[in-house]
Amino acid sequence: MTTSIYTPEVARLASVEQMTALEKLFTIELPDGRNLGHDPGQFVMVSLLGVGEAPISITSSPSRSNGSFQLCVRRVGDVTNALHKMQSGGLVGIRGPFGHGFPIEKMRGKDMLFAPGGLGLAPLRSLINQVLDERGSFGRVIILYGAKRPKELLFRDELEEWVARDDVECRITVDQGDETWDGHVGVITTLFPEVSINPRNTAAVTCGPPIMYRFVLMELLGKGISETQIYLSLERRMKCGVGKCGHCQINNLYCCQEGPVFTYAQIKGVEEAL
Amino acid sequence: MSLMILDKGALAPLVNALMADYRVVGPQAKGPQFVFEPITDPVQLRLDYNTTILPPKKVLQPPQERLATFTLPPRRWGGQEGAEEPRVEPVIEAAPTVLLGVHTCDLHAIRLLDEVFSQDYPDAHYLERRRQTVIVSMECLEPCDEHSFCKSMGTLTADEGYDLHLTDLGPAYAVDVATEAGEQVLSRYGTANETTDADVRRLNEVLSAKWPRFTYRLDFDAAELPALLSMAYDHPLWAELGKRCLACGSCTNVCPTCYCFNVLDEVNVALTEGERLRRWDSCQLDEFARVAGGENFREARSARQRHRFMRKGKYIYEKFGELGCVGCGRCIRTCVANISIVDGFNTIHGSVEGRANHDNIHLYT
Repeated sequence: MTTSIYTPEVARLASVEQMTALEKLFTIELPDGRNLGHDPGQFVMVSLLGVGEAPISITSSPSRSNGSFQLCVRRVGDVTNALHKMQSGGLVGIRGPFGHGFPIEKMRGKDMLFAPGGLGLAPLRSLINQVLDERGSFGRVIILYGAKRPKELLFRDELEEWVARDDVECRITVDQGDETWDGHVGVITTLFPEVSINPRNTAAVTCGPPIMYRFVLMELLGKGISETQIYLSLERRMKCGVGKCGHCQINNLYCCQEGPVFTYAQIKGVEEAL
Repeated sequence: MSLMILDKGALAPLVNALMADYRVVGPQAKGPQFVFEPITDPVQLRLDYNTTILPPKKVLQPPQERLATFTLPPRRWGGQEGAEEPRVEPVIEAAPTVLLGVHTCDLHAIRLLDEVFSQDYPDAHYLERRRQTVIVSMECLEPCDEHSFCKSMGTLTADEGYDLHLTDLGPAYAVDVATEAGEQVLSRYGTANETTDADVRRLNEVLSAKWPRFTYRLDFDAAELPALLSMAYDHPLWAELGKRCLACGSCTNVCPTCYCFNVLDEVNVALTEGERLRRWDSCQLDEFARVAGGENFREARSARQRHRFMRKGKYIYEKFGELGCVGCGRCIRTCVANISIVDGFNTIHGSVEGRANHDNIHLYT
């Protein structure tokens, strides 16, 4: 039997849940109830045969696998628009998991500062829930989440749970409020002055739109967190996921192999990174 | 393994015999130029070619190939419960092939591709084609034209990467038999003779005489390229090339070491089945690094040209231990904007050595 690294495996959509006007949450089951076996921060290549293939970060944590994994997908391109039209029971192609995720073994014992912006919560959630499921192994858990508008906030149930928990410091802001919103208004960086941290024992994790990184990095570095303790998950075009097709190159780095998670120290001198 | 002698008159019978069992691909004329194409008659073979439009890479990594076929069930993948399972089948397009007349620049490029497609995640599509391909290479005795710079890139000859290697001795070819596959091809399909002392003497004469015919075109040792380019990220050359470049992608299309690809699906009109295709792609094209959300991570043409130069002289070396440029000159020959990679490398070297008339290199910004 011929095998190829480019052949997807047929997987089933166990559930499809509308999260916002643009984002849906897909719960996917591999054949035989097998776990995907991913690390937080890794991604899969999702195929809709006849439409194409796209890289999507895994939003569920390995700790909550139970024979399925989750993708939080914004409809924005050919594959994601087609995916959004599918219902539970539908079949998709999956390859992966690929890339280097968050090095959780280096994070245990540390305070965790998460700074997701918008859809950047999707990849970070895989690590946040892993950390919460091993809560005793970590110090403080701080989540600073920013979205453009209240109706664009993702994973609202979990956000409420995180806000309610005594052992999680979760602050949420929106760039623009509305009549339903009585919370913080302002860009994500306006949350940073409200928290004080111990920079020597904090790992910071951020992901968001390209414009956000420079401003969040300034806040994190300003708090004294070292460049090796700041983790970013970067988005790039990908056609193979296995370091061949060339689309995801960031100067000399292949985002799909060396990334998508990098430390700031790794990419500081890499001009095309941010 | 051994050195043999093949009379030139014995070449056509050898090719004829091979054609029975192999797809034989070799250089042949196309207008005033040459191309690697399947040989259907030995007279088509032009081992005296200077260079080809596309490198022989196209035999191992075709401009387009099928990666998989798939079925789209009646209800498609839209998926109500109970819909028929779609099928995805990998396709490996490979056939026993003899690749004739590969010049040593292209041979070095194939060695690099072998690395690229073996490393980390082996690519069965390339590797199976490679496994089924017997490479018969050719020693160049004259420079192909003014654009090549193989001597500067250390690819003017090769001591591995081929199964058989031919050197033109006038009435006959000296054949370096390097592998068992090469030995079988020669003994089973051809009639080659043992070399005499005179043959070996003649071979050494021919090889010694060729060297001075080729000129060095880099102003410096190619081994310095990675270090040189690490100082040239903000060099004014990139902006200048960006203004001239038309972003047509010709340079990467003709490059023997460019391997980047696109993957896309095509379906039949009845929407019942389709193919997943892989096609050559180019970092010089606008959409290469653009994501669905609209962000383009390498938007400026200057940045795209810089990326090409960096890949050829630095990044590929860092990843695979070999330079990504073999000096074949094809990108220079084909560029309608007259962008020359060898001139570019020399310009950068010139500024580092203080010979250029523009600003200092920009090591720090």
